[in-house]
Amino acid sequence: MLRVSGLSKSFGGLRAVDGVSLQVDEGRIVALIGPNGAGKTTLFAMISGFLRPDGGTVAFLGVDITGLARHRICDLGLVRTFQLVQPFAGLTVRENIAIGAHVRLARRRDALARAAEVAQRVHLARQLDEPAARLTVAGRKRLELARALATQPKLLLLDEVMAGLTPTETEEVVQIVRAIRDSGVTVLLIEHVMQAVMRLSEQVYVLSDGQIIAEGRPADIAADPKVIEAYLGRGAAARMAAAAGTEPARGR
Amino acid sequence: MGRNAVVGALALGLALAVPLIVQSGFWLNLLTLMLFFGYLGGSWNILGGYAGQFSFGHAAFFGTGAYVTAILQLSLGLNPWVTMLFAAAGGASVGLVTGFLSFRYGLRGSYFALITLAFSEVLRVLATTAKITNGGQGLVIPLRTGLGNFQFAGKAGYYYVALAMTLISLAAAWCIEHSRFGARLMAVRENEDAAEALGVNAFGHKLAAITISGMMAGAGGTFYVQMFFYVDPAIAYGPAMSVESLLVSIIGGMGTVAGPLLGSIVLHLVGDLTRKVLANAPGISLVLYGVLLILILRYLPNGLIGGARALAGRVGLGTARSGSTG
Repeated sequence: MLRVSGLSKSFGGLRAVDGVSLQVDEGRIVALIGPNGAGKTTLFAMISGFLRPDGGTVAFLGVDITGLARHRICDLGLVRTFQLVQPFAGLTVRENIAIGAHVRLARRRDALARAAEVAQRVHLARQLDEPAARLTVAGRKRLELARALATQPKLLLLDEVMAGLTPTETEEVVQIVRAIRDSGVTVLLIEHVMQAVMRLSEQVYVLSDGQIIAEGRPADIAADPKVIEAYLGRGAAARMAAAAGTEPARGR
Repeated sequence: MGRNAVVGALALGLALAVPLIVQSGFWLNLLTLMLFFGYLGGSWNILGGYAGQFSFGHAAFFGTGAYVTAILQLSLGLNPWVTMLFAAAGGASVGLVTGFLSFRYGLRGSYFALITLAFSEVLRVLATTAKITNGGQGLVIPLRTGLGNFQFAGKAGYYYVALAMTLISLAAAWCIEHSRFGARLMAVRENEDAAEALGVNAFGHKLAAITISGMMAGAGGTFYVQMFFYVDPAIAYGPAMSVESLLVSIIGGMGTVAGPLLGSIVLHLVGDLTRKVLANAPGISLVLYGVLLILILRYLPNGLIGGARALAGRVGLGTARSGSTG
């Protein structure tokens, strides 16, 4: 469904994203993880047309979309959310979501009706007529999700929709994302909440210093020494292995 | 909606009856100007209020319309009603060019305001020096009264034309507010990046808004010239028209259908009444004008209509937001 090949972006002397290739198959939940500053959001921005890559290509549904205008990419069915939520603060929740619905629905009445349906799916139905500015952090994250969902995407790029939420709120979002996938939408997500990544995704890419250093199933990734070192520093994997080795001995 | 319709019908009936009741030239003139500036503010409101792009040089559109009308009447002897189409096209063209240049290069906020101001100033200087505009002396159009010629012996004729134009602009604003186009303009106003991520062509929408806005302001230029028979660079392209059209919108409520008209009524009541009452203290009306503006900006950032809605919400009359109930 999505095929990224050799994507690169430099800011001045810093190679933020350096020759990244990845693939997302239809119907999956794929996670992109990595330490802060690894280049995850930059990668998302390039895929969704918000940044022009220095090199490489992005193909969506077999069509090369590299350098295509953002709104055209959205029309094709690839929609992103923002890590720093960007509500239309002066509009109500309903009006916010309707903007997304207008991608497929020209009539105002239809878009507003669709907004109410989508709000139901992300548990925002009770706040429909509140101004978006009055929502809590959790509410804004859900609004971000709802607007993207209202565009009826084929592929959803979620940038840290769980950051800053309480465990209960996180659990709710996990359920919502599952339901979204089950309704036929493919999901690529950036996430820092590891527990959520482990439970949600079937495939994980690890980005560090702009490069993909590991790829695989969540359980394998968690045991990969390269991944542990990227997060905890050089030599950490060896020290952990040593510690783990002594642990069972004490248990007996 | 039912209550709004009744209020609207009453207001329209009253507005239609005004010239039958009011015979005083002063009052009819004042009411006509209220409507005219409500109309001009309405044109500003589409670009500034709904799309959130603050034009500080709306005179560029208005003035071009005024000159197009005067020149076509003088040189080709065209009927003023016909020139109105060309004036609208002229205003739209200036809007399109200004918008293309500013939005193409990503000018936003105060930079956009400055560039529109610069455009109107450049046009003012050009009009002062060019031969076709008769330089600083301005153009006087021939007087031939009659409905077919857009010129009236009494004030009532102008009043009715201004009323019709205002009604059209109100209807246009209402249609925009209740359409996908309008919803997308507001999305661009609130957050351009988020709007684009949700499939909105921000550049195209801003361009459409400034073109519609310019078209309406250009047609307004025709009305002004027929009412005063005269246009010069200061009237056409001076800052007065620009400031007036944004002030009435800000005071009444930006991004609302009736805001500019309400703002115009309040502003002109205060301005002209104080000028009449305090005739022996010239300048005091400008002071009051300024004080009113400061008070409204300080206490009613969303204008009179925004303030009324907030009040209605607090009292519990239910939200007056029209778009939310579908």
